[in-house]
Amino acid sequence: MSSSPEAESREGAPEPNHAVRFTVIWVVATVIALPLVIFVIGPLLGPGNGSLQSKGQGSDDTVLAAIATPVLTLVMLYLLYSVIFFRQPKGAALEGPALRGHARVQTTWIIVTSVMVLGVAVFGTAKLEADYGAGSGSGPNPLTVPKGKKLPVQVIAQQWLFTYRYPTYGGVETPHLYLPNNEWIELHVTSIDVIHDFWAYQLGVKADANPGVDNVVFVKPTKLETFNVRCAELCGIWHGYMYDKGHVVTPAAFTTWIHEQQTKFAATTKVLPKYSTTYLPEPTKRAEPE
Amino acid sequence: MSAISGASSIPQPVQRPMWRRVFGFNLLTAVILGVAGYYLGWFIGHQVNGGKSFEYQKATDENDVALLLGYVFGVIGFLIGLGFANYPFSRLLGRPASLREKESEGIGRYFGLCTDHKVVGLQYLVGIGVFFFVGGLNAMLIRTELLHPVPTFVGPNQYLSLVGMHGTMMMGMMTSGILGPFANYFVPIMIGARRMAFPRIEALTFWLLMAAGFILVSTIFFGGFPTGWTGYEPLNDQAVMGMDSYICFFALVGISMALLGLNMIATIVTLRAPGLTWSRLPIFVWSVFATAVLMVLAAPTLIATLLMAALDRTINTSFFVTGGGGSSYLFENLFWFFGHPEVYVLALPGFGIVLELLPVFTRKPLWGYRLAVSGMLGVTLLSFFVWQHHLFVSGINADLRPFYMLSTEIISIPTGFIFLCVMGTLWKARISFSVPMLFCLAWTFNFLIGGLSGVVLSDVPTDTGLHGSFFVMAHFHYTIMGGLIFSFFAAIYYWVPKMTGLRFNEMLAKWHFWLMFIFFNSTFLPLFVLGLKGMPRRVSTYEPSLQGLNVWVSISAFVLGFSMLIFLFNVVYSLIFVRAPAESNPWRSKSIEWQVPTPIPVHNFEQIPVFDSDPYDNGTPHPLPGGGQPATAGA
Repeated sequence: MSSSPEAESREGAPEPNHAVRFTVIWVVATVIALPLVIFVIGPLLGPGNGSLQSKGQGSDDTVLAAIATPVLTLVMLYLLYSVIFFRQPKGAALEGPALRGHARVQTTWIIVTSVMVLGVAVFGTAKLEADYGAGSGSGPNPLTVPKGKKLPVQVIAQQWLFTYRYPTYGGVETPHLYLPNNEWIELHVTSIDVIHDFWAYQLGVKADANPGVDNVVFVKPTKLETFNVRCAELCGIWHGYMYDKGHVVTPAAFTTWIHEQQTKFAATTKVLPKYSTTYLPEPTKRAEPE
Repeated sequence: MSAISGASSIPQPVQRPMWRRVFGFNLLTAVILGVAGYYLGWFIGHQVNGGKSFEYQKATDENDVALLLGYVFGVIGFLIGLGFANYPFSRLLGRPASLREKESEGIGRYFGLCTDHKVVGLQYLVGIGVFFFVGGLNAMLIRTELLHPVPTFVGPNQYLSLVGMHGTMMMGMMTSGILGPFANYFVPIMIGARRMAFPRIEALTFWLLMAAGFILVSTIFFGGFPTGWTGYEPLNDQAVMGMDSYICFFALVGISMALLGLNMIATIVTLRAPGLTWSRLPIFVWSVFATAVLMVLAAPTLIATLLMAALDRTINTSFFVTGGGGSSYLFENLFWFFGHPEVYVLALPGFGIVLELLPVFTRKPLWGYRLAVSGMLGVTLLSFFVWQHHLFVSGINADLRPFYMLSTEIISIPTGFIFLCVMGTLWKARISFSVPMLFCLAWTFNFLIGGLSGVVLSDVPTDTGLHGSFFVMAHFHYTIMGGLIFSFFAAIYYWVPKMTGLRFNEMLAKWHFWLMFIFFNSTFLPLFVLGLKGMPRRVSTYEPSLQGLNVWVSISAFVLGFSMLIFLFNVVYSLIFVRAPAESNPWRSKSIEWQVPTPIPVHNFEQIPVFDSDPYDNGTPHPLPGGGQPATAGA
């Protein structure tokens, strides 16, 4: 096809003012969608009310969803609008207007997206530090530490289970996880073989367990419940089976439980290595044959 | 200028006797030498196998040295068999070297070393397509397993191998998904050149990739690998021999990527025709340029990382072994320093395809050309500063997380430019809903969801809940499958009629599109919900309460897979059986690749064209149909 069809003049009927019409549609849709996102969808997003951290994550999810809503409606409605109103008439071969850009639109777009992005980053940073790491593994020396008494609990990951060590209770190590309600917990996550990830879903806690690394998480449970613990980092063939339940109990029940554990595991505690933030792992090379 | 108009002095290849054709440098010889090389490496590996540290390998019939040497020698043998050594050896011995390999007519040139960029483009399209379908088949098997909350279909080892194969196949082979077939084929034509800057390297990248693909598939003979596509240490170090296939595969892909990128940069910088200034370059060529920069800068990191991993596995160095003074963090850092630019290697060509095709189907110029270019270059630059967002909960550099949060969120600004350009081009357009256009519109829809979910993941507090869950999985499938694969199909439906001279059946193409688009979303939207509800990636066990959604996702995935079969059927039906000839410019494009005759002559242009505008002057009546016109006199 060598003949380029002439750009025909627009048909007789005056074009509607697409800019105004689309803006109205977008604003109306956003005004309807925003409360739905904030009040209906928002509360469903986070991992629940198990701890201060998971509550914080839930509200953060809602804020980000609310910020994303106008963008989503803008682009999606625009696509729909152009698909409906900017079609090539059937059988015709009309040319569109030769627009190559619009300085003011472009500048506005750059400024608005930059402001939004910087706002999101500032908000995320503030939330991260205000919630003491927001339940994430924050390395051996977290930037912000909650004041007051904290219960240290060590999470030791290995292929393919988690064990828990309570250094303030004689370094007892148990395969069960019980945490007292409404107290700050200081989790020290480490691994003695490959990389694992300690994920306590309802508590909003996720921290990689690296060999030779003490990964600290602060969490304050706020609800008596049983929560799911899963490994969230691929760690070998039984990775899918590396799950567990943890329990948030009243401080009194916790004290009873921990004393039980101390008696039950007294013999093993004696032969365990001394409590340490990390344990130099055995060489991970495939083991020598017996 | 005699250099550019000397098309008549091409030496015609001499017809060789039959026995020379069978025993010459061809695919058969390559396979024979490849197998021979493999066994040679295997043999040497077993000879050097001595000493205490190899006791275990002897006892279990595991020998990483032998397997890696086998792969390396096998690949070298394969390349020699194809004839890649002929040119350097001829030069070394002072003999006249062939400057062109198999640039003849006939189907035979598709099955060996050929330096015609159009042949390499088609080789890439078919070769990558085959591995794309193998990877897709793995996904079908994964979804079959996930129909039940407890494993019923495959064992845990096979499941992890499937996950690893699917991820590695897609991330490795599809890095060249658009650059391989479409950039190799069309960039030289679009810039008015007769060839790529390094035609032999161009062919090498393809054959390296094919060798790599077979090496990855061969992992099933050596026990598979349990690490997924990320290959994290120290699990990598612990894994059985199948891990060596992963290491060798990804290293070869890295070499292929680096060379492909280098070749593209050299071609675009040096071989542009007169008048084709940087501001007239088709936007697709810009996206290829940006991608090539990423490939050249990121891939060497991967090669070095995998070399270290291979040394850890074979001669007991300890780059990544904590007990021996190494660090598992080092691998994560190095891997993602490659890995994050890598995902933009997958995304950027999609931007280019969509922006290249939109002006054609909207009958408008590209809106905001400079904005689009700066968007692509911005993404290229920023993608090297975000890699630690994959490690937000790992405890590494926790104090730097606000920085990586910021840099990751900033990258959505240049990505936003692309969306503005798409929207600007659609404004008051005359859209015709041809199949490539449908795929471009679907790209916009999918990539928006992918991009917005990416912002959620870039925020540390929300990422803490979602890291390693199906939310992440849904996010990157929206950007890679919804972005790359949709634009890949847009490019196929748009350009294959030019490449083959044949037309696709449009009804089947539309069925393919609608099924793929609807069931792509039906597959991956629920995965966001599964992730929010706490289902981790890469597991074959999940909470029984999540079974309903998982069954929904699996069934959608099967229909999505079926839509690919429609495509396959369309290819076989339209391109092999019906063979309806395509018009020479069915989309009324003004880009130069549509102005050359079909089939495109071996050296593309009788005379090197001279460009006087970009190819987007739609909407304005123009006396000549092309941005680039054959020059009347020697420029």
